Amino acid sequence: MTATRPPLLEVEHVTMRFGGLFAVNDLSFSAARKQITAVIGPNGAGKTTLFNCITGFYKPQVGRMALHHDDGPVLLERLDDHRIASRARVARTFQNIRLFARMSVLENLIVAQHQDLMKASAFSLAGLLGLARYHKAEKKALERARYWLDKVGLLDHADDEAGSLPYGSQRRLEIARAMCTDPVLLCLDEPAAGLNPRESHELNGLLTGIRDEHGIGLLLIEHDMSVVMGISDWVVVLDYGRKIAEDTPERVRRDPAVIRAYLGEEENEDLPPEVARDVEEDS
Amino acid sequence: MAATRSITWRGALTDAFVGGLVAAALALPMLGFRLVDSALALSVGFRLDWVLWAALVVFAGRLALNLLRMTGGLPDLRLGERLSARMGNTRHWASWAMIGFATVLPFLPFSDRSLVDKATMVLIYVMLGWGLNIVVGLAGLLDLGFVAFYAVGAYSYALLSTTFGWSFWVCLPLAGLFAAGFGVALGFPVLRLRGDYLAIVTLGFGEIIRVILQNWQDLTGGPAGISGIPRPTLFGLPFLARAPEGGQTFAEFFGLKFSGDHRVIFLYFVILMLALLTNLFTLRIRRLPVGRAWEALREDEIACRSLGLNPTTIKLSAFATGAMFAGFAGSFFATRQGFISPESFTFIESAVILAIVVLGGMGSQVGVVLAALLLVGLPEWFRELQQYRMLAFGGAMVLIMLWRPSGLLSSRSPTISLGGGK
Repeated sequence: MTATRPPLLEVEHVTMRFGGLFAVNDLSFSAARKQITAVIGPNGAGKTTLFNCITGFYKPQVGRMALHHDDGPVLLERLDDHRIASRARVARTFQNIRLFARMSVLENLIVAQHQDLMKASAFSLAGLLGLARYHKAEKKALERARYWLDKVGLLDHADDEAGSLPYGSQRRLEIARAMCTDPVLLCLDEPAAGLNPRESHELNGLLTGIRDEHGIGLLLIEHDMSVVMGISDWVVVLDYGRKIAEDTPERVRRDPAVIRAYLGEEENEDLPPEVARDVEEDS
Repeated sequence: MAATRSITWRGALTDAFVGGLVAAALALPMLGFRLVDSALALSVGFRLDWVLWAALVVFAGRLALNLLRMTGGLPDLRLGERLSARMGNTRHWASWAMIGFATVLPFLPFSDRSLVDKATMVLIYVMLGWGLNIVVGLAGLLDLGFVAFYAVGAYSYALLSTTFGWSFWVCLPLAGLFAAGFGVALGFPVLRLRGDYLAIVTLGFGEIIRVILQNWQDLTGGPAGISGIPRPTLFGLPFLARAPEGGQTFAEFFGLKFSGDHRVIFLYFVILMLALLTNLFTLRIRRLPVGRAWEALREDEIACRSLGLNPTTIKLSAFATGAMFAGFAGSFFATRQGFISPESFTFIESAVILAIVVLGGMGSQVGVVLAALLLVGLPEWFRELQQYRMLAFGGAMVLIMLWRPSGLLSSRSPTISLGGGK
């Protein structure tokens, strides 16, 4: 079924164990270029663990994760976390926002372009001597930062302390910061958490914009079903570390295994209201 | 502090009374006894009235503080905010004024040899503070063994100059490089540590260096130290009363009458220049990728890694850069003293340097200057108070921490703006 989609990220048989607990168990799926792939599942299904494996913060015990660039695949499980961002060009955001709180909004975006600036400034030496070549690189970095500030609507807050922004703006800034690393795959860990419906709607626009205009793949963990159903092109459903379904959003929401996972066999506390509504409508 | 705003009379009195009791308990061993040196032998005398006075002073002070709070907050707290805000506006102007004042200081009518000497000492600590500020203030790595790099710099210069006869200006960069090398050597084992754990290891490292200096008799001369360290020259012109064979002294060359002050003033300008160099470097590097990476690392290491910043190189570069400036300061210290021994590089030095950085407001360059003046200059002023010097010093520290808990100057301005490099 994935034959028609050129895969960007291929995850094959990934297993991540903590002691006796299989947080992610023999999981395989792929995410395509220019598509938004959502990973959903009840709490504790292993979604964030999967993200940490893909972005190198955990090393899975078993499995292979290949990121297909134009010039060939990069095996993510072999790279350190910071090399995954710089070499494989996978960027991520965090469930609990991790901005550089006491630095300005703009500085956050400039730090994200560290690699380019370091190369241009010969490890800051050229910058220390004030050479033109560094100024050129800095100007380019500023242009990119300005572009993304404009995209996320924070252009007027460029000099504000990042930590002083309202919650929704911090979420958007984190996405802008990740995009400033010029990634081919952007991993978003619950980007809509804590957003109000209006902000959540704006986020949908931002994410589809990134997909359509920048042609990169997006991988998304989300609980907010309006986001998942509204923008994702492909949905992977996890439960207890295993994949229980993988399909388009329309088909996934009718999948009996998914409904069972969310409803649970005997208790249904984990059920998000949106899914509950969908389930009721369908049945 | 803010939570105790609504205090009753009763609460205020109780609080003051408890404060007085604590003061009495502390004062009993510290002030209550004294050694009486009579003709026959030493005996212990008592002066319990002093204990009573100390308790009363603390009781009254605490009560006054509580009453002030009852009547709407500490006025001096607001003064602090205001001063900081004004400093923010006129910081540029203020720092130039400070540099100007420092430049003309030796030629002002009231300055004499001892003042210039003290100013030199303060400047050494300013420079060390600026060096440590890179590690602690910018990169957020708590380093309690900074004096080790100061020692490495001092011994590098002392050994190179006494063994090979190299001049100060040749040895200075070498001493900086050696110290930077030690910075990397310390950096490697502590890469995974943060916060308290890092502090403990760096503390240990500082002690290791001191113990090695003390025990490696053949190289360092052990506790006896190294003496006869050559003094610096101005382009080969020594500051001596009589020139060595076939040479000229500074005084002869410029047709001045020889004076011991020349060297003191010269040393003052050397350290002023070195300190300003450190400052310039830090101000510049803060606006460069490396400096921003240091600050980003201080803010969030995990986010750094997710953006492709390699924490290893960032930490090592911070350690190495900070250590390099400590090395410069160390070799200046060696050439100024002419004699060094492990005694000069004890833990208390690290603590003072760290206190300067913390008190100044982490990451603030001007704050470091003010804090160095307070911490190194103040004890010199209090010399007339003799045995109560440290008491006055401690009191001053308490007041500062009450007044400005996050350091004297703790505001931070962005290093880049959309208009360009700013």
